[in-house]
Formats: sequence, C-alpha cells, structure tokens
Amino acid sequence: MMEAFEILTTASLWAAVLRIATPLIFGVLGALICERAGVLNLGIEGIMTMGAMVGWLTVYWGGDLWTGLAMAVLAGMVMGWVHAMLTVPLGLSQHVSGLGITLLASALSYYLYRLWVEVGDLPPTIEPFLPWAVPFLSDIPFVGEVLFTQTPPTYVALMLVGVVAWMLARTPMGLALRMTGENPHAVEAQGLNPVRIRIWAVMVGSGIMALGGAFLTTAAFNSFFPGMVQGRGWICIALVVFASWRPGKALIGALLFALFDAFQLRLQTVVEGVPYQLFLMAPYVLSIVALILVARRARVPEALMQPYRRGER
Amino acid sequence: MRFERREEVSVSALILAPLGAVLAALVLCAGLIAMAGVSPWTAYAEMLRGAFGSRLAVTETFTRASPLILTGLAAAVAFRARLWNIGGEGQFYMGALAAAALGHSVLIGWPLPLAWAALAAAGMAAGAVLLLVPALLRLRFGVDEVVTTLLLNFIVLLFVGLMVEGVLKDPMAFGWPQSVPVAAGLRLPDLVPRSRLHVGIVLAVVVVLVVWLVQSRTVFGAETRAAGLNPRAAAFAGVPITATLVKVALLSGGLAGLAGAIEVLGPVGYVTTTLSPGFGYAGIVVAMLAALHPLGVVAASVFVATVFVGADAMSRATGVPSFIADVIMAVALLAMLVALLFTTYRVRR
Repeated sequence: MMEAFEILTTASLWAAVLRIATPLIFGVLGALICERAGVLNLGIEGIMTMGAMVGWLTVYWGGDLWTGLAMAVLAGMVMGWVHAMLTVPLGLSQHVSGLGITLLASALSYYLYRLWVEVGDLPPTIEPFLPWAVPFLSDIPFVGEVLFTQTPPTYVALMLVGVVAWMLARTPMGLALRMTGENPHAVEAQGLNPVRIRIWAVMVGSGIMALGGAFLTTAAFNSFFPGMVQGRGWICIALVVFASWRPGKALIGALLFALFDAFQLRLQTVVEGVPYQLFLMAPYVLSIVALILVARRARVPEALMQPYRRGER
Repeated sequence: MRFERREEVSVSALILAPLGAVLAALVLCAGLIAMAGVSPWTAYAEMLRGAFGSRLAVTETFTRASPLILTGLAAAVAFRARLWNIGGEGQFYMGALAAAALGHSVLIGWPLPLAWAALAAAGMAAGAVLLLVPALLRLRFGVDEVVTTLLLNFIVLLFVGLMVEGVLKDPMAFGWPQSVPVAAGLRLPDLVPRSRLHVGIVLAVVVVLVVWLVQSRTVFGAETRAAGLNPRAAAFAGVPITATLVKVALLSGGLAGLAGAIEVLGPVGYVTTTLSPGFGYAGIVVAMLAALHPLGVVAASVFVATVFVGADAMSRATGVPSFIADVIMAVALLAMLVALLFTTYRVRR
C-alpha cells in the first residue's frame, strides 16, 4: 500500500500523465468541436489512425516533424470532409457514417502503409520529437520536470485547450458554432449558413483529432503499426460527455484518465499475482463508469445528431 | 436542392441500392489497386478465383460467411430498432468462450441434440447478457450505447486473453495461449467432407428465416419497427418501448453470441484471442448492405466473405496488400448509406 502511495509522489509519474494525456487532449478537443456544432464524429478512431500513419510517413519520407504534423492535420481534414458531406448536406445517419469513416480511414492507412513501406521483422522507425526543456521554467524542482520537460506537441495540446475554449466562448465564430449545435434555425435567421458552419467544424475537429494520432507515431513512439490507436478515439468520445462538452473540463477529464492509466502501468510492476489484463481493462471500465456518473446531468447540445434541412422543422 | 420522402420504397430500388454501392466501391478501389502497379481487372479476377476457383476455395468462402450471417443479422435486428449495437465482436467472443467452457467437459455424456441445444443456449445467453448491460445503461441512465458497446469489445478481448491464459488454458497446447478444446463428440458435423464447411451455415440460414418471420409476422416485429422509426409516436400508440428494446438487445446479443459458439463448435474447436478476424465489425457492413433485411443479410454475408477470402488469395498472387478488402468494405458501407438515401428520398429542386 505504501508503495502504491509512493508512486504518486514521483515526478516521473506526473510527467507520464501529461504524455499519456496528450493524444486524448487532441482527440477530445476535436470531437468536442464537431459535437458543439451538432455533428457526432465516430470517425475519430480511424482519423487518429490516419493521422498516426500520415504523420509518421511524412517524416519517414524525409519531411521534418512539424511537416509531419501538418500533413496529418490535412489528412484528418480530408476524412472529416467526407464525414461532413455525408452527414450535413445529405443528412445521413451520423452513427453509421462515422463508423464507416473509421473503417475507411483505418483500412486506407494500413493499405497505404503496406504499399509504400518495406516492413522487415521490425517496423521501420523515425527520429521522433525529443523532450524540449523550457528555459528557466524546467529548472523548477518537480514542476519543471513534470510540466516543462515535455515534447513540443504536448505544449501545443495544452495551448490548444486555451485557444479552443477562448474561441468557443468569446468569439463571434465560436458563438455561431455553438448556436449551430443548439438551434441551427436561429443561425439561419441570423443570415449565417448552418450547413457551411457544420462542415467547417467537422473538418477542423477532424484535423485536431488527427494530431492526436500523429503524436503517437512522432513523439510517444517512433513507428507505426496496425491497431496502435487502441480505442483511444472511443475513449475521447466518452470523455466529451464526461466533460459536458466544455474544453476546460475536457482537459481535466483527459488528465484524470491519464493519471489513472499511468498509475495502473506502474502498479503492475509493484502488485504481484494480478493478471496484467485486469490492469489493461481498467481504462475502458473507467470510461464506462465515468459515462454512467455524468450521463444524467450532461447538457447535450440540443441539435446534436439532428440533421439540418432548410425550411424543415 | 431538397429531399422529399418517397411514398413507398420499391423492392427493385432496395435490390439495386446494394448492387450500386458494391459497384461504386469496386470502381473507387480500382484506383488503389492500380497504385500497387497491378491491373484492377487482374486483381478482381484473382479475387473471384481465390473465392470460388476451386472446391476448397468455395468451402472456405462459405465457412467465412456463416458467422457473418449471424453477426450481420445481430446488427440488422438492433439497427432496425435504432439500438446501435457495435459490440458484436465482444458478444461473439463471449459466446465462443461459453461454448468452449461448457463443451470441453461439462456436457460430455448428454444426448447429442440436447448438448448442442444447451451449448447454443449458453452462447446466446453469454452474448445477450453482454448487450443487455449497455442497453439497460441507455434506458436507465441515458448512456449512449455506441460508446459502451465499443469499449466493451476491448474489455472482452482482454477478458478472453485472461481466460485462455488462465482458468480455460489448454495445458496440452505447448504453452500457446488457447482455450481447452471442445470435446470431439460435440463438434458440429461437416457439411462437405474434407473441408472446414460445417452445418453451421445451415443453422445460420434457418435462424435468418425464423427472424424474418418474427419480424414480418409478429407483434414484436411491428413494435421493433415502430420503436426504430419514431419512438415517441410509438410510445404514444402504446408500444412498450423499454420492453421492446430489452428484447431486441437480448435477440441481437444472442445472435452474435451464437455466431461465436458455432465458430468454436464447428471449424475451430477452441478459443484464442484471434478467433475472430473482425466478424463483429464486418457484421455492421453486412447489415447495412442488406438494408437491414434478414434475407439480404445472407447475400451480403456471402459478398463480404468473398471479398475477404478472395483478397487473401489475390494478395498472395499479385502482392497487392490484403487490407484492400477492408477498404472495399468501408467504401461499400458509405456508398450504401448514400444509395439508401435515394431509395427513401427523391431529390427536388
């Protein structure tokens, strides 16, 4: 028991929390932007896979790491565009279209990876992002090691939370987006085009999701392999509900989740006799429990999953 | 441009829609095959040959189709009631585990038909319970079942790992993580000698017919459809929505569990963590291509099995990655979604 407690006081655990949270932060922010505009994006799992593949491949082919991230965003936006076209102007089932996008984006990623990359006994690797110590701040004991000795995409993720929160709450663009998710007819009455707003929201959201995947292959690991997203996308969809569709709470949710994950990873080495599968199950079980706890109180965007057709109520 | 609901959906449109979707998928994927430096014609011809070119190929294709019929049917009955069961994969594994656990020793000595009935019931119960949990969570707490069923797939796969490395581990498997085998006397008989094709496919088709009759001829069938089309109107008309959805969940989960049980009792004989090459997820594609119709599920399953078995052979012959099969499935699913729009709506300017 003491050992379990000691784990919680190590800086390396808390540094790992931020590392594990990073792809979730990107994913949950992306999903949140889509849903605040009224579109559920179950393509997330596949879009993250595609971001992971495209980001990695760009670097493998000689691009630099930031170009890799940019290409991942682009690929994510393309997939988001397909989902948006099917669900917004055509008003098709967001559930089925999203699952279709997940199947398509992951299958396409695996296909192109096999086609373009020679895989030997081990998957080929790239030089990934290295931790970047923020000058001066990283010298602060404990906090410096936890907060200011991360890889650059982690800083991007943390800043993005602030940017998205500010955009949604304080800008006319954010207001229009939120209104599209609550009452698209009112948006139309204001002379704005809810269809266009939704399409852009889904594309931007999908681009951000793809960054979460790209983090896995360009910072957390240095190679790409099938199945590497491991349900992180679905966990993000659960986290959006947990966060009541708010960016700040989404950050807290992702961090709590990552804390739990980092803690169970270390606990595995301390506690003996418990099968490792039980530890690995814990994050998924936790997501379901979190959903049960908040589902009743959650304030869902009014028009989420309601297709908008002009002049139809 | 606006959409207007058609008065009634014609049967020919419902048959043309999947054909059009499949054609669109094959045309779009031809570009991807060409990128691999292989002529799409050659590749598709190789796929057909790989799926139907020999006696062995044909039996393999139908062996692959049998679990897909049941997982596809599982998705179709659930989607019809707007119960988004994406957990077919997990339910399949729970059914498989139940069949292996009971079929290894517990049921030895039972009269054969009774033992098979018990094993099928156990598989169905295991799958049904797994879907009952998310269904009740939705009805009781308003938790979206898409996310919970998806997350349960990951949990179940880890649970399978736990079982085949733990209490159900086969001590005779040279340390491989696989479950104890089903007793030889309880395995389902072969349909075609010297092949893996077994009576499971006949069972699956019988189940399809039963479900079709239930859906078209019983009150429960009508209630399911009403709950799916417009739950509020259905509730107003006196349809017990909660009870209907619980029944649908039990049926859907049970069908996917049955698929797992039959796969273990038929061609495989034991459980591993790679027992299913995504039967649960492919079932969703099958259900959509079938336009959620039970009879269409059989045809769609054969098509999906053809693509998967054919792609493996085609990949060996031409070097095109076999992941092309998954791409074809995904594109066909999305194309079908669009095609269905035009069967139920017409476009007006």
